[in-house]
Amino acid sequence: MYNYPDSTGHFGQFGGIYMAETLIPAVEELAAQYLRYQNDPDFKAELAYELKHYVGRPSPIYHARRLSEHLGGAQIYLKREDLNHTGAHKINSAMGQALLARRMGKKRVIAETGAGMHGVATATVAARFGMECVVYMGAEDIQRQAPNVFRMKLLGATVVPVESGSKTLKDACNEAIRDWVTNVESTFYIFGTAAGPHPYPMMVRDFQCVIGNEARIQMPEMIGRQPDAVIACVGGGSNAIGLFHPYIEVPQVQIIGVEAGGFGIETGKHAAPLTANAKVGVLHGNKVYLMQDENGQITETHSISAGLDYPGVGPEHCLLKDIGRAQYVTSNDDEAIAAFDALCRFEGIIPALESSHALAHAIKIAPGMSTDKVLLVNLSGRGDKDMNTVAKLKGITL
Amino acid sequence: MSRIQAAFEKLKQQQRRALIPFFTAGDPSPALTVPLMHALVASGADVIELGVPFSDPMADGPTIQRASERALKKGVSLRSILEMVSEFRRQDNATPVVLMGYGNPIEAMGWEAFASRCQAVGVDGVLTVDFPPEESFEAFEHLQRHGIDPIFLLAPTTKEARIEQVAKLARGYVYYVSLKGVTGAGNLDLSAIEQKIPELRQHIKLPIGVGFGIRDAATAKAVAKLCDGVVVGSRIVQQIEDSTEQNVIANVSALVKELRLAIDQA
Repeated sequence: MYNYPDSTGHFGQFGGIYMAETLIPAVEELAAQYLRYQNDPDFKAELAYELKHYVGRPSPIYHARRLSEHLGGAQIYLKREDLNHTGAHKINSAMGQALLARRMGKKRVIAETGAGMHGVATATVAARFGMECVVYMGAEDIQRQAPNVFRMKLLGATVVPVESGSKTLKDACNEAIRDWVTNVESTFYIFGTAAGPHPYPMMVRDFQCVIGNEARIQMPEMIGRQPDAVIACVGGGSNAIGLFHPYIEVPQVQIIGVEAGGFGIETGKHAAPLTANAKVGVLHGNKVYLMQDENGQITETHSISAGLDYPGVGPEHCLLKDIGRAQYVTSNDDEAIAAFDALCRFEGIIPALESSHALAHAIKIAPGMSTDKVLLVNLSGRGDKDMNTVAKLKGITL
Repeated sequence: MSRIQAAFEKLKQQQRRALIPFFTAGDPSPALTVPLMHALVASGADVIELGVPFSDPMADGPTIQRASERALKKGVSLRSILEMVSEFRRQDNATPVVLMGYGNPIEAMGWEAFASRCQAVGVDGVLTVDFPPEESFEAFEHLQRHGIDPIFLLAPTTKEARIEQVAKLARGYVYYVSLKGVTGAGNLDLSAIEQKIPELRQHIKLPIGVGFGIRDAATAKAVAKLCDGVVVGSRIVQQIEDSTEQNVIANVSALVKELRLAIDQA
């Protein structure tokens, strides 16, 4: 039976708690508190209430009929995480972590963000519960995701631009860790993805599993069976693990994670550690496949989507790759943009550029499959935040 | 007897505290690293902590972050730093050298290759900020096989059970992080250190060095009264940043002499 992580927070050789000593007691305390509350009836009831009445769950599954007909092969279904409050799957985990923070008596929350969706989700739950909120965001991401920066500020959060390193998600993560080490007693770090030191990869996964748990009920209701494959984009990999995990022990369902191919794996300018066979390394509290040079320095990544622009990936995806239960592939920038356009025109849905990577892979494989096959794509977020990026690519000034 | 042990034994006989300066290898330039190491010793350093730069120094404040970026831009790597230690040892076979940094550059080289290279060039101790004891068992088997001391951090937040655990694994000395924060922060609390050290001493029989946030001679002197060694990092790195390649050795020497004088008055 598949049962990870082990009691020390390892997924096979991956995961762990690679943190500075000052933070070790904090992550141990978090693990203990999460263990205490994860099956607590009151905690579960409160989370279920918030997910239903505040987030708007369950999110529907939608049959993208016109797009499927156009492709002439497998039927594409979309898990509509874009319809959640705040417009992405990030709120599922931000809500769970905020409720835990409240039980732990923490009045201040911090977060890192790439595309800004996790920052917005964190700022939202902080406003909802009256907590102080500081969000770290790379200076380059602040440029390309300006609407989300404004949303966070409207919600009362302080957005701190991070100027170090590549000025993207990994640097925002470094800076959030520095804040946490300084304010460890007052502060809860609401981590955005299913990575980082134990218990984060497990805890964020558990909160995101609502996606796959719903899909396992919804698909039989819609088509009388489970899909042939589930497909999701993978940066750190939280939306993907949330969809994948409930399907791990459903062997007839193929699991496909789509990494950001950037300009193409062969150019080296990508954010696809799994597909590019990156070496195992240690960053941000866990051991994972990690893009790095021969001296162990983390290399700069490239993706058109800020949310996938990260050199590592969550430890459970590393394990799923190694044991062969999931397959990892890439979509390049231009393929993601084409998928973005297709969904806008055929279905009237503007997807996030992150989710467009997953959709691009479905568009790639659907025509080669028979029309009775079903692909379930996680539409992890909506694309309103990407208007500036897409307009710029098309040479349009807004 | 290891170089670290010998150095602390000698200090104990002299009733003095260790001065342990830190700077990032390769900053301001790779050619100046070995001359700077010799200058530190000449100015009164007892142990040298040589920083191995990492692209993502999560536990460091802005000063050491900038030093890491400068060093990496100059092409410094773990391999070239081991060469620097080898060069240092041609003239100095007594002063202990501890490499301090993050785990990933070592992971990339492989712990066995790294530990064996450390032994060959004369590195005495290794401190990896992001490898707590829980994740270090395998790595430190390699270090111990080659006689390299694993140096561990303890923090104000460390609870007694963990102090015991670290006491079992640590060799050389133990590095007490004197504040909750990154390197170079300015919120050091002397009374908290004074309270914590006796708790550490109940379990830790090794010398205890204290660092993070020691920014001037007066603080160094006050901290020296409470422990066996004073680690000064960001202040020295700041001095390097504020100097030119022409006057950096003179400026750093002057600072370290001042710290030495203050510590010896403790």
